[in-house]
Amino acid sequence: MSDLGHVLVLAGGVSFEREVSLSSGRRVADALMQLGVDVELVDVDAHLLPRLANDPPAAVFVAVHGVEGEDGALRDALDLSGVPYVGATGSAARLAFDKAVAKAIAGRAGLPTPASVALQHAAFRDLGGAMLLDRVVERLGLPLVVKPARGGSALGVSVVRTAAELPPAMVGCYSYDSVALVERFVTGVELAISVIDDGADGPVALPAVEIEALSGTFDYAARYTAGMTEYHVPARLDPALAAAAADVAVTAHRALGLRDLSRTDVIVTSDGRIEYLETNVSPGMTTTSLLPLAAAAVGRDLGTLCRDLLQQAAIRGRSAPGAPV
Amino acid sequence: MEMSGGSRLDPYVDRYAARTHGMTTSEIRALFAVANRPEIISMGGGSPFVSALPLDVIAEMTSKLIAEQGAKALQYMGGQGDERLRELICGVMALEGISASPDDVVVTVGSQQALDIVSRIFLDPGDVVIAEAPSYVGALGTFTQYQADVLHVTMDDAGLVPAALREAIARVAREGRHAKFLYTVPNYHNPAGITLVEERRDEILAICAEAGLLILEDNPYGLLGFDGPPLPALRSRVSEGVLYLGSFSKTFAAGVRVGWVLAPPGVKEKIVMASEATTLCPVALSQYVVAEFLAHHPWQEQVKVFRELYRVRRDACLEALTASFPAGSSWTRPAGGFYVWVTLPEGVDAKAMLPRAIQGRVAYVPGIGFYADGQGQRNLRLSYSLPEPERVREGVRRLAGVLADELDIVTTFGGRPAPEAAS
Repeated sequence: MSDLGHVLVLAGGVSFEREVSLSSGRRVADALMQLGVDVELVDVDAHLLPRLANDPPAAVFVAVHGVEGEDGALRDALDLSGVPYVGATGSAARLAFDKAVAKAIAGRAGLPTPASVALQHAAFRDLGGAMLLDRVVERLGLPLVVKPARGGSALGVSVVRTAAELPPAMVGCYSYDSVALVERFVTGVELAISVIDDGADGPVALPAVEIEALSGTFDYAARYTAGMTEYHVPARLDPALAAAAADVAVTAHRALGLRDLSRTDVIVTSDGRIEYLETNVSPGMTTTSLLPLAAAAVGRDLGTLCRDLLQQAAIRGRSAPGAPV
Repeated sequence: MEMSGGSRLDPYVDRYAARTHGMTTSEIRALFAVANRPEIISMGGGSPFVSALPLDVIAEMTSKLIAEQGAKALQYMGGQGDERLRELICGVMALEGISASPDDVVVTVGSQQALDIVSRIFLDPGDVVIAEAPSYVGALGTFTQYQADVLHVTMDDAGLVPAALREAIARVAREGRHAKFLYTVPNYHNPAGITLVEERRDEILAICAEAGLLILEDNPYGLLGFDGPPLPALRSRVSEGVLYLGSFSKTFAAGVRVGWVLAPPGVKEKIVMASEATTLCPVALSQYVVAEFLAHHPWQEQVKVFRELYRVRRDACLEALTASFPAGSSWTRPAGGFYVWVTLPEGVDAKAMLPRAIQGRVAYVPGIGFYADGQGQRNLRLSYSLPEPERVREGVRRLAGVLADELDIVTTFGGRPAPEAAS
């Protein structure tokens, strides 16, 4: 039995990524259990806070994806409950989870990112939909990608190749979120770079995972159906470019004020430019997820990694009671 | 662990049969995973309200059954199913005018297994199945897995349109293709909530007989009509040309997974052999439980209880739709069963709206899933069977709010049809 004490893995919730989250949570809990950690998988619902109050765990691993796990609210609630947890604070998660905000922060930190515009539905209603969309196409060109500003797993994401496809893509996107990020669609090698910060050396990038969606689009099905995507770890990149991509991920992690772990997605264009897309503060941990693949590539066992991060969170909680933990 | 040449994370990916190619996870599956949470009023799944069963009676009955007949109930049995249950099933079918012999009945693991077996013994890749527009999603999934093509035939408020059926049969013949059967849910249709009127039943049978087209009559809701005695089944009018599928999922309990197929003797033999290859025999314990319930309990009174509570929920659903849904939308008025089929105002895509609905804490099934050819974008299916009447009303009210917001968005962008999503 580990000396970590009783820990919880939080998963599920009512976000659109509930199923993915449950899968992540089960995998993390299983990996911890194999190490002898006293771990329990817990859904996020109205029973959670009373439970934390009555039987406080040593630390919590947040495997909740989507709005509920990443918009900061759950993390704030854990802070208010005095329960230490793995990952970004609520305020940092809130910034990183909003792709438009994260892109702005990354841009200020010197990271190139595809030109984009973030638009509230209300702006279209007030200013006139057709005209505003025409301006978007004029300014950003085609093709475009339309994404919910806050969301994950490519849910609600559409690639728009003609101007006529843009309005329905906006409608589909607004069903997921009230803000749509319309971004110039950049082609190139798609990379996911996980960052781990579990020691004195500060955040360190794991080897980049190169994503080759066999259908051409790394959509929800391609992400979670084994066989639909080919992953290359490490990415088939020139070493200097791979190092530069790793720097982008670490820079983003620092600039967004994250801690413990994150995953940054970038595109490497044919002329060697690394374009920042987004950073995930609660990376997937499923059997087809990218952080566990990258960790395995350097011989890091998922259970050990999660246990070390929980240990770090527990120490953080003990050393700074009352502070965000 | 460096993966030279990359990894697709599934070492068997190149070995699967061609029929698995469509078996991928999807955005819709992700959304339905949330819909089962208690915070959300789910009008999606067609789940029966099994809480209305006398659970204590069933518990006592099952306990006694195992104590007294456990050696049989927990053992293998013949692939055709328990003879006593098959006799009792003939009594159930008699309520819909069917005269049948227990020898021609095969018990299956829900009628879904019957759909699978019938598809397996009749369908070659590229065959055509003619089906109503829309059709039960579980049947479409089965036909697709056997690589058949589905040709939809229009329904109106009176059910399958005979002229459209004739035209579909002629079209298949013109194309030099082979239609194997007509799949139809004549009573309280899933998802459309429509019932094939009496006057059309003989005509549909005659059209199919003339064309040599077998009919697959799927009738899980036949005893759940709200307005009078059960309608005579298609199979009650003819002894040949119809394979009849029945189920205890809606009249007793879905969890026992007991259904059946009534087939002509030659077909029956093949069904039994195909079934044995899948399950050896249908679940013995479930068959004993159902047989006990039918033989020793007032099961028709229980069906009356179900009918009444579903009627109240249907009324709640229709009243709430009338009170809250906007102009430009319409819906069917089912005389039985579980479902209301809604047509949304022009420009609204029910699949695209589903995430908004789930955020609004209500769920439904988008219409597109009930077609094999991409129709149904403006449609959705509401199931009123599981939520209490007040929850049904609240669910429809919530959905009306969601629809108002979606209409606002659609209007802003000109209400053009949706493109293919990236996910």
